[in-house]
Amino acid sequence: MHEVWTISETYEGRIKEVSLELLARGRALADTLGVALGTVVIGYKIPKTELNSLIEHGADSVYVADDPKLSSFTCNTYSNVLVQLFAAHKPQIVVSAATTTGRTLMPYVAVKTHAGLTADCTGLAIEENTQNLLQTRPAIGGNILATIKTPDHRPQMATVRPRSTKILAPDSSRTGSIEYIPISEDWFSSEVEVLGMRALEGQQGAIDEADIVVSGGKGLKKKDNFKLIEKLAVALGGEVGASRDAVDRGWEAYPHQVGLSGKTISPRLYMAAGISGAIQHLAGIKTAKCIVAINSDEHANIFDLADFGIVGDLFTVIPEILKRLESRSEA
Amino acid sequence: MHIIVLVKQVPETSDVQMDKETGTMIRSSSSSIINPLDLYALEAALTIKDVKGARVSVITMGPAGAIKVLKEAIAMGCDDAVHLTDRAFAGSDTWATSYILAQAIKKLGLPDLILCGERATDGDTAQVGPAIASWLSLPAVTYTSKIEQIEINSIIAERLIEEGYQKVKVALPALMTVVKEIGIVRLPTLKGKKKAMASSIPQWNAHDIEADPSFIGLKGSPTRVVKIETPKVSRNCTLVHVEDEASMSVAMDSLFAFLNDRDFLQKGGKKHA
Repeated sequence: MHEVWTISETYEGRIKEVSLELLARGRALADTLGVALGTVVIGYKIPKTELNSLIEHGADSVYVADDPKLSSFTCNTYSNVLVQLFAAHKPQIVVSAATTTGRTLMPYVAVKTHAGLTADCTGLAIEENTQNLLQTRPAIGGNILATIKTPDHRPQMATVRPRSTKILAPDSSRTGSIEYIPISEDWFSSEVEVLGMRALEGQQGAIDEADIVVSGGKGLKKKDNFKLIEKLAVALGGEVGASRDAVDRGWEAYPHQVGLSGKTISPRLYMAAGISGAIQHLAGIKTAKCIVAINSDEHANIFDLADFGIVGDLFTVIPEILKRLESRSEA
Repeated sequence: MHIIVLVKQVPETSDVQMDKETGTMIRSSSSSIINPLDLYALEAALTIKDVKGARVSVITMGPAGAIKVLKEAIAMGCDDAVHLTDRAFAGSDTWATSYILAQAIKKLGLPDLILCGERATDGDTAQVGPAIASWLSLPAVTYTSKIEQIEINSIIAERLIEEGYQKVKVALPALMTVVKEIGIVRLPTLKGKKKAMASSIPQWNAHDIEADPSFIGLKGSPTRVVKIETPKVSRNCTLVHVEDEASMSVAMDSLFAFLNDRDFLQKGGKKHA
């Protein structure tokens, strides 16, 4: 029977958390179909413990392409690896993360393999009679949810929004196979060369993969005040986000921008302070699990989407929250 | 140097209607604008034109009204444009759309560089750019935030990815998608507007671009929309007011109970890997 596959991503030799989320998705689909779950890892010197963790988190077979020339993602080369693997194994479903890598690689592969591809899904299921993959995704700024299928083309491909799935608890008694794929010189294209990496400014990490995001907007009034947002983010163990207004004013760098012209995110907790909630901003947070908003205007749009709202002056409210958090950690 | 920029007309986000039968958007019913993220691709192309000299062509696919976005691009400083329009294109998914655009690029002549916005604000897939590169077997560099150096045969650029900025060198011809950080979008000039008014924009149909009929439109699209729902926002916001010390204390108790119930107060939170 044709397997369900996920594409696992690595960074600096480690499997990314989002790839474990995919295994939870893939496991559910594979169990419904009664087939095995495979996962593909492309990289260099991925430790055996990392590969084993894929099995512990739900994979039955791990296909590894390991070569120095695969250490960084480049679209054409990675695409060549996948096209060859698809031809050899004919997976019926392939899911990848809707990361910058997944969203670049999968469309490239879909064209080469004449496969249907659905972007940034938040729901995947198997249709009862046809066994087709049903792919649900928000579109048009989160105003609609579209369910899409690929009736006549295989594999059925989808990218899945990071943090939209709970990782399965690791089970060290699970068994599975690890297969190293013979390297083929034909894969390698020299058209793109990775020259290096430059870290994001500040101590913060990426908001797309964060559990908790604390965002600030126009209500912060000036750049200096943005430190309040940073403090709150650190105290909660989260990352810093910002509205378009705050980014356009230079208070926070663009990688932190949440919304239609920034990032669409699904953290477990989204906290917005001094953000009124323009439709473009709300589009970026509609799939957040929980939203807390602080705004002085009781009629601000953000409260329509929030689970918990504080109507008040953020310059007194945030320090009070910080004080409480501090006294908790001392207790 | 020849640069082709691909742009899309999108509905204003607040004003969208769906066809209940096919699950596709009714484009003509809403006021349409140039996809805001495509403006950054135009800006990137025009910056290269300013610095290095280039011919910048623009292509869009869409119904008759789409010509408006091409005129806008010319008013900003682009040199020429092509409008792809045919009933047979309707209902194309990203696979079919990228095929149509790739065919048009072939007919126009493979340029040194193809630039696209990161994604469109309506479909929000970000798939068409890389897919076009695949059809043309070109290298794809996505999420470009900065173009550092342009040589005859290569570009050095930075990509904004989850872990930071990745610097790459790409051989030309290539396709790049750009993010907002690439630059500040210029306004149309009076001279440009006059040029846009005077310019006649050719319209190409499926036959003109030698499109395989089985690769275009709804029929040529591997994916099918089977259901459209309008998700209801039902978060039932608990609203507390802070006006003085007493109400602050009540609000904080309530907030911390709320956060605690949902496990958000584990020491230090759970950091991502």
